[in-house]
Amino acid sequence: MSRSTTRRRDFLKAGGAIVVGFPLRDILLGQTVPAARGTMAGPPDAKQVDTWLAIHADNTATVYIGFAELGQGNSTALLQVAAEELDMDMSQLSTVRLDTNVTPNQGGTYSSASIQRGGPQVRTAAAEARQALLKLASNKLNAPADGLTISKGVVSSRGGGSVSYGELVGDKPFHLAFTGTAPVKSSAEYKVVGTAVPRNDMPDKVAGKYVYMQHVRVPGMLHGRVVRPRGQGAYGAGAKVMTLDETSIGNIPGARVLRRGDFVGVVAENEWDAVRAARQLKVQWDSSPTLTGSDGMYEAMRAAKTDDRVVVERGNAADAIGAAPHKVEYNCRAPYQAHAPFGPNCALADVKSDSATVMCSTQDVYATRGTLARVIGMPVDKVRVQYYEGSGTYGHSCYDDVAQAATLLSQLAAKPVRLQFMRWDEHGWDNYGPSHVGEVRAAANADGKIVGYEYHGWQHHWSNVETSEQLALGKAAAEWQPNPAMQVNPRCCGGMYDIPNVRLVNHHVPGLGYLKGAWLRSPLDLSFSFTSEQAIDQLAFLLKLDPYEFRRNNIKDARWLGVLDAAAKAANWTPRTAASKVSQAKTVTGRGIGMGTHLASYGAAVAEIEIDKQTGKVVARHLYGAVDAGLVVNPGNVESQISGQLVQTASRMFHEEVTFSKTNVTSLDWASYPILRFEECPQVTPVVVQRLNEPSSGAGEEVMAAAASAIANAFFDATGVRMKEFPLTPKRVLAALKLG
Amino acid sequence: MAGELKIRVNEIPWTVSASPDTPLLYVLSNELLLQGPRFGCGLAQCGSCSVLVNGVETRSCVTPVSAVQGKSVTTLEGLPVWYAAQKKLKQPPALHPVQQAMLDEQAAQCGYCYNGMIVKSAELLAKNPAPSEAQIRTAMNGHLCRCGTYPRIITAVQRASRAMAEGKA
Repeated sequence: MSRSTTRRRDFLKAGGAIVVGFPLRDILLGQTVPAARGTMAGPPDAKQVDTWLAIHADNTATVYIGFAELGQGNSTALLQVAAEELDMDMSQLSTVRLDTNVTPNQGGTYSSASIQRGGPQVRTAAAEARQALLKLASNKLNAPADGLTISKGVVSSRGGGSVSYGELVGDKPFHLAFTGTAPVKSSAEYKVVGTAVPRNDMPDKVAGKYVYMQHVRVPGMLHGRVVRPRGQGAYGAGAKVMTLDETSIGNIPGARVLRRGDFVGVVAENEWDAVRAARQLKVQWDSSPTLTGSDGMYEAMRAAKTDDRVVVERGNAADAIGAAPHKVEYNCRAPYQAHAPFGPNCALADVKSDSATVMCSTQDVYATRGTLARVIGMPVDKVRVQYYEGSGTYGHSCYDDVAQAATLLSQLAAKPVRLQFMRWDEHGWDNYGPSHVGEVRAAANADGKIVGYEYHGWQHHWSNVETSEQLALGKAAAEWQPNPAMQVNPRCCGGMYDIPNVRLVNHHVPGLGYLKGAWLRSPLDLSFSFTSEQAIDQLAFLLKLDPYEFRRNNIKDARWLGVLDAAAKAANWTPRTAASKVSQAKTVTGRGIGMGTHLASYGAAVAEIEIDKQTGKVVARHLYGAVDAGLVVNPGNVESQISGQLVQTASRMFHEEVTFSKTNVTSLDWASYPILRFEECPQVTPVVVQRLNEPSSGAGEEVMAAAASAIANAFFDATGVRMKEFPLTPKRVLAALKLG
Repeated sequence: MAGELKIRVNEIPWTVSASPDTPLLYVLSNELLLQGPRFGCGLAQCGSCSVLVNGVETRSCVTPVSAVQGKSVTTLEGLPVWYAAQKKLKQPPALHPVQQAMLDEQAAQCGYCYNGMIVKSAELLAKNPAPSEAQIRTAMNGHLCRCGTYPRIITAVQRASRAMAEGKA
């Protein structure tokens, strides 16, 4: 049998249904509940139950969720919450993709918010619907509501009658105000919540049927690529076109150059033509130096005129430290690190004269809609943003930048444009997790109690303007206003210990002149914990105490103790002082313990590592991580998240470092920005500390800080040497060992 | 310049219109609309675009389409049929045993790298049905996972190996 593939393409061009990822479901729903869904700009009214939930005639339900599935499994876990309150089976529930015309605005999918913030919203909406359904059933069955039972969406009375949700409201709206007052189940009643339900996205992901953003195609579209210098210069400096020679792609007739200001792109019907044209187009960029270079970065940050803010002040840390018999002072440096999603970001924009549809992988469809409307000069309610999962983003990678760039190209081309970043675009123009300089002082008394603690942290804020908007419209660069995720974090810096005298100071380094920055999974926490927890560990060492016992003796909070004990128990921790087994062998091993977390939850970790003192190579053999995130809806998902965090932390501690010259970023691919590979991957032991009666508090980034410091402390245990900068590359390790 | 090229993908012959230097990946994605192989780096560094060419794992992002003329290309989508042919099964399974094992282990997170992970481990198990953990790590070392799911992938490959030996798959 022989067939021509052009047939498939023709089908595509003709607008056939093969168009990958076309949101058919949304269209079907638009005709049912409520009538306007999908046709009007959102967000839909959060105070209406219909915004959150639709019951269909076949006794299934659609739950409208405002959080993005980023590969963490939240789309499964939030359905568990709904299934629990509705007394429906997981197989009866589904959700739809995020869409500013369809789904509610629950804020962005960051700060571990899906379950923490989204769980209660979905829970109360489902409970409200259940209450209404019970009332309807009571009338229909002519039986009092308190005598009814529900199983799999079928309401039964003791007298024998039964009616399904689908029969009661099938595809009709509730028209019910969401008051948030309906009673919710107690944890003792949970049947679905708290169990490891398999993820709903997994079958398609292993079968190759899952529609990632990178797969989406629409009829008549062009392929686009951006043309930029290889690697960004300083944030605020932009990239200035000196000369551009359009004839340099004259041998690629299908490709053309599109330009607005210093924003340059190419489009072509054929993707390979677009790739070649972007590579071949001759643009001379202004190459004036705008950066310190990675070598001079820390000195520049430390010397910067900073905007200082006291984050915590309790007692008198300076006096307490001064008077104490055991004290440590410790300075650390931590590099910029990249999100580097495994598939570079991609977006598809269709900008018409009076409206625009943009498909992309944003963490926040409504926020992205606002910036896109600004970039193309269109009212917000004329712009529709739909979410398609890309590869794991771990924070603010280039998904907004690529969406803006695709939208600009589509506007310029007057056609739909699919734009995928190349690897060097994504690595080179990321909003990196900011670099950090930390200085800590801590002291303990003769009884082994920590009496004083002081932390100073230097870093810049997150960048507020995407590269595309800056280049195209000349929009001035600016930084975010401060928030807790971009400054010294008490939950990594001594906050787990019972210390009477504490001073935490944030030194905001003005960010223009550095690299673009944004939240990278567990923002700054690895850096804080690497600094702080090594100081705590050193106090234990000075007191000749086991580092686990020393920590135990300084913690009052039961939940911090809970994770510390869980991690130590998993690792079969036996008491001894650190660095008590240092040897002259070529290969040495060590174990370390560390604590810390993001803004909520509790995290503790143990690391077992191995160091080749001749080559300087460090590998983690086994990492143990314990997280208390309150009520864990899906322990299977959280175990998976903990495992991933432990491996990613090893990657960030041993390999990851953005490098740059005085003109541009130089770590542009997996060779110049290596990450952890199979051969050096540690064994991992994830531990979920379940707290059924505590509010859920996020589990996607809550043990990385602890794991980072556990690794650093294991290095000291193995060598008697403290590392003051990561990643622990062979070069850096050999230099530190030489100094001793 | 674009010409007619004949390639065989997942046991189906196709005539495609592409310049001979076009990387195979773009043909698979844009002409055949396959979703298994996907762009990761375009530099053969990561493995997200991997396919089997005559049973050998190959990076389609740097392989010109002209280089696979006369050869048999198998993508993620074609693995069950490819496996059935190897094992002389009458019917291809719904999933290759490695895919089933990845599902059973709930291994993936974002899953973007799983095309390469599954293709590479299917190749490994075809050559070495009972690899040691060290052999799995070595074979898979050229495939990156940003989510850090390596431990579950190793467990899944071991699980698939056992299932194949027990004739369960």
